Amino acid sequence: MRTGQQRPSAWYAAPALLFFGLFAVLPMVLVVYLSFTDWDGFGFPQPSGAENWSRLVQDGEARDALWLTLVLMVLSWAVQTPVALLIGVWAAGRQRNRAVLSSLFFLPLLLSTAAIALLWRSVLDPNFGVTQSLPFLDRFNFLGNTEIVIYTVVFVITWQYVPFHTLLYQAAARSIPVSLYEAATIDGAGRYKQFFTITLPLLKYTVITSTVLMLVGSFTTFDTILILTGGGPGTTTRIAPLYMYITGFSGFEFGYASAIAVLLLALGAGLSLVVTRATGFRDMQSQQEGV
Amino acid sequence: MTPRRLTRVAASASTLVLLGSLVACGSSGPSGSGGGGGDTAQVWALQDTNLNPIEEASIERFNEQSEAGDAELATFGNDPYKQRLRTAIGSPQAPDLFFNWGGGNLKEYVDAGKVEDLTPLLDENPELKDAFLPSVLAGAQLDGQYYGLPMRGMQPVVLFYNEQVLDAAGVSVPTTWNELLTAVDGLEAAGVTPIALAGNQAWTELMWAEYLLDRVGGPEVFQNIRDGKEGGWSQPEVLEAMTMLEDLIDRGAFGSDFASVGYDVGGASTILAQGDAGFHLMGSWEYTNQLGQSPDFVTTGDLGWTAFPAVEGGAGDPSNLVGNVSNFYSLTTDSTNKETAREYLSTALTDDQYIADLIAAGDVPPVTGVRDQLEQTENADYSTWIYDQTVEAENFQLSWDQDLAADEATEMLEQLSLFFLGEQTPQGFVDAMAG
Repeated sequence: MRTGQQRPSAWYAAPALLFFGLFAVLPMVLVVYLSFTDWDGFGFPQPSGAENWSRLVQDGEARDALWLTLVLMVLSWAVQTPVALLIGVWAAGRQRNRAVLSSLFFLPLLLSTAAIALLWRSVLDPNFGVTQSLPFLDRFNFLGNTEIVIYTVVFVITWQYVPFHTLLYQAAARSIPVSLYEAATIDGAGRYKQFFTITLPLLKYTVITSTVLMLVGSFTTFDTILILTGGGPGTTTRIAPLYMYITGFSGFEFGYASAIAVLLLALGAGLSLVVTRATGFRDMQSQQEGV
Repeated sequence: MTPRRLTRVAASASTLVLLGSLVACGSSGPSGSGGGGGDTAQVWALQDTNLNPIEEASIERFNEQSEAGDAELATFGNDPYKQRLRTAIGSPQAPDLFFNWGGGNLKEYVDAGKVEDLTPLLDENPELKDAFLPSVLAGAQLDGQYYGLPMRGMQPVVLFYNEQVLDAAGVSVPTTWNELLTAVDGLEAAGVTPIALAGNQAWTELMWAEYLLDRVGGPEVFQNIRDGKEGGWSQPEVLEAMTMLEDLIDRGAFGSDFASVGYDVGGASTILAQGDAGFHLMGSWEYTNQLGQSPDFVTTGDLGWTAFPAVEGGAGDPSNLVGNVSNFYSLTTDSTNKETAREYLSTALTDDQYIADLIAAGDVPPVTGVRDQLEQTENADYSTWIYDQTVEAENFQLSWDQDLAADEATEMLEQLSLFFLGEQTPQGFVDAMAG
């Protein structure tokens, strides 16, 4: 036997590679191919050169959709992070009332996206929704007003995903050694000082993890918006993935829809690369050496 | 066996299992039977709790006495159906008979050479051709040839109203566009939303646009656009109709909340039934819908219906109808069971029991001479009115989103929803569609 650590046989990777190849690489290659064709679903795709791509460059609707995707990404990150962080740190406490309330906060985690979107669509309905019988709220048309609807979408996405990120923060906050807080208390640090000098710095990598998940997650958000607003009113909430879907499966322009898909694929991959590089996600190390 | 060898065996075994399951995925057809190529004719239709048992029974009766072979029904939801049919039609998984809406929707398939011409079948069986109302049969007629036979009731779009609301506001049922405008102003003054509109999806808004365009310009305008004629969208009638529609929207005819009212969740129908709106323009299925949702509203006689108002000086005949002409069965050119399919088309769709079942389910079949049967039903007032309207209609225009090719229809619906929100002008609509 050779010395040193024995690595598992390369065969171990075969099932994973096969799976990845067939369900990730192959569709990607096909979609790149389709983006250079004209295909309405009948017969075989007809090669059309770079026609779809030159159309995409000039397509103002695609630009609007991408911009909207970016707005949605930034808004949901900016809203979700502080909320999840605060609830997470709060829920990390071991008091009984906190345990009971946090299990209530985690309820949305148990619901499927479709159920959540349908639920909020009925709650916010301008004629029959719950909000219509509440004071103050009844003066807003949350799904029909073109200026409000994007915030409604952010709210619903936040409601759906905050519990998950809260869970991340709760677990991370619980792993911070109590001795640090005890020492700080002896040194005379108050509750807020402890939060900003101990809790927050030690949660740095959790913030990064949660940020990556949020950004990539909202970049690919699709089902919630499809059910909640269908991209409307008009095109106010038609984000890029939805634009791709409508082009492909209502307009049956599969070639052009594939071009949009390739663009999204490239942007999504670029986004994760940039975020992981910029935040040092790749060389994450333990923050608790010596504790 | 050494541990190392064991892992190798385990890895290759799981690879095999994965491969095996992939192969299994690839070969599952509709209802597991693999579609065409078999000796049973595949009939594809939409899922519909009312219609499916009737279609199923019809196929069962056919199979008992058919000479050529057996048929089998497979059903799909609306959107999956459209996607599935597209990709299946050129493959060995293609159906033999498929459900469609006629018009431009069918034209795409005909142009791709996927649909069998049924004109010879109708020529051989003149009594079959005479059995259907000509205006409905024309719904699947392209370039003079017939590509489909009607397989269900007619669904013209009808102007429904709440009689109690109209009476309370002192408004009468309009027969012309100007009377409608007066009625809208009267209802607004009385503090109700004049017209209920489920504007969360654009097809409900489309009903207003297509009826107005028909009244203003007549059927030729639609035909020029459908045939892709140069300047089809820039015909002056389109701009005129859209300008009239803008006027209606600007008067507040649809209220301010319509953009988030959904039809599927019963929004607009409930608004009308509860007396919060005066009118509701909807397909003829709205009657059955109201009967199920708000039976009292229908039985007390408060639910009224009338033809879309005439436009003074417009080229379209006031008897013209717009809507879903009917649904059709068409035969694929690649079908391997053409004999069975032809026999089904020529015997089953005009079968007495099939027609009686459709009528019992509330449909108004596009078949000549069923008026007597309709008179004996519970909702005779309504169903005979629909029947008479379609018999007397000079033209029955297919709903525009079905009549145009899919990419153009998608663009049009999007522009229309922007238009109703006031983010697109009539001229802007024309330019966007013509460009």
